Amino acid sequence: MKFAGLLVMPAGFLLAVAALILFADPMQQLGFVLSGVAVEALGLGVAVRGFMLASRENRQ
Amino acid sequence: MNATLPATMPDALFALTLVLLVLSPLTIAGIALINTGLGRSRSASQSLLGNLAIVAVTAILFAIIGSVFAGSLPGGAGHLFHMAGKPWNWLGSGPLLMRGLDSAPAQSQLGLVFEFMAVALAALIPWGSGADRWRLVAGCSTAAVVAAFIFPLAAHWSWGGGWLAQLNANFGTGANFVDAGGAGTVHVLGGLCALAVIWITGARRGKFPKEGFSTAMPGHNAAYVLFGCMVCLVGFLAWNLAGAILWLNATPATLPRIAINTLLCGSAAIAATFAVTSIRFGKPDASLCANGFMSGLVASTACSALVSPAAALFIGVVAGIATPLLVEVLELALSIDDPSGAISVHLVAGLWGLAATGIFAPQHGQMLAQFVGIATLLGVFLPLLFFVLLLLNRFVPFRVDADGERIGMDLHELGGGAYPEFVIHRDESYR
Repeated sequence: MKFAGLLVMPAGFLLAVAALILFADPMQQLGFVLSGVAVEALGLGVAVRGFMLASRENRQ
Repeated sequence: MNATLPATMPDALFALTLVLLVLSPLTIAGIALINTGLGRSRSASQSLLGNLAIVAVTAILFAIIGSVFAGSLPGGAGHLFHMAGKPWNWLGSGPLLMRGLDSAPAQSQLGLVFEFMAVALAALIPWGSGADRWRLVAGCSTAAVVAAFIFPLAAHWSWGGGWLAQLNANFGTGANFVDAGGAGTVHVLGGLCALAVIWITGARRGKFPKEGFSTAMPGHNAAYVLFGCMVCLVGFLAWNLAGAILWLNATPATLPRIAINTLLCGSAAIAATFAVTSIRFGKPDASLCANGFMSGLVASTACSALVSPAAALFIGVVAGIATPLLVEVLELALSIDDPSGAISVHLVAGLWGLAATGIFAPQHGQMLAQFVGIATLLGVFLPLLFFVLLLLNRFVPFRVDADGERIGMDLHELGGGAYPEFVIHRDESYR
């Protein structure tokens, strides 16, 4: 789970890059880039949760 | 080739920039004091020695390898690939071992000095987060990897004429990604590295017991921490002014506003943290107020050159309110043991500063450029740092053994403590 979250994050970056290539309208570009950041936030959330669960299992 | 550096620079401005760059290591000194003060007394000596060692390692590795990839000095055209008919300058190609340094344009030389300071600070940020359990050798190895390979990539993209610095020319975004003081390249990168280090090393022994709440492990010297903040103020002022001259071609007439914005960001942030902690705990909390002040200064590194003083005040207030709340959430809800608060102070405040620059800067298209930069920092550098450091951990184990953690890093790694004449109290966290 923790690695899956981290592996999702580059997908958000690729969305941001795709926005620059695919769209000419700045508003569309911004919308797509913000979607990329949202995907990264989701990936980060999954990674944080994965590490949190692992940490709870290892508590001493 | 540094496309963003000014073509010419008057002698007086050159001298001023050099003086500012010589003052900027005060930020490094301040953060070293904060890292040490927020750790435990039995690890103080190892912490300060680690700070010094990391500065030395980064300087050597950046001189030998990093400056080539950062493209700090004029050399080749950089490594390009073409996609969708656009050039993507993704890696610098400077001369090996800084050959031709003396004959390089003066502006390039100053840019190189700036990057030397920046890489040291970026590598220093995670050191405080790994306090009391991160081995000195592992800290230095991480600093070497950051200085040689990871920081140069970020520095080239935002300062060395890389693709983020050419967004407008290649994609018509209206503005380029702006990071004059290193909010992204230094603070966000350092904060991401801190997060990766915390995940790999794990929490301090006894921090999160099997049952009940997390154990409070307050820093051993609030005086170090608060004095470190004052030292940092001077360093950040110098840093923001030098960065604005070098990367934004700021004229002398704009420098007073940049200095005032830096001060306002930090001041508004500490006032907000003071108020939040007073309401939350009944009394202001010294270490959280220090963290709040630092988060305001970190946010200022992105925005001080581009926003109005009123906007700087607002940015500082938001940073100051968010920091103490975030410190609590990270520790209590997310089980992240970050003794120096690097994630809230450097990572989150750096991201907020970059976003706020996009929101408040008058330049059309700045918001788009800033969010492309943020997406790049998060989407590329966190996975890259984590997997590279995970691999490094296989060869140089990050975490000290249980006995070392019990007796303290000073005795275990250095053979002597920082305060030999004082009785070190028993740690109540070992239950």
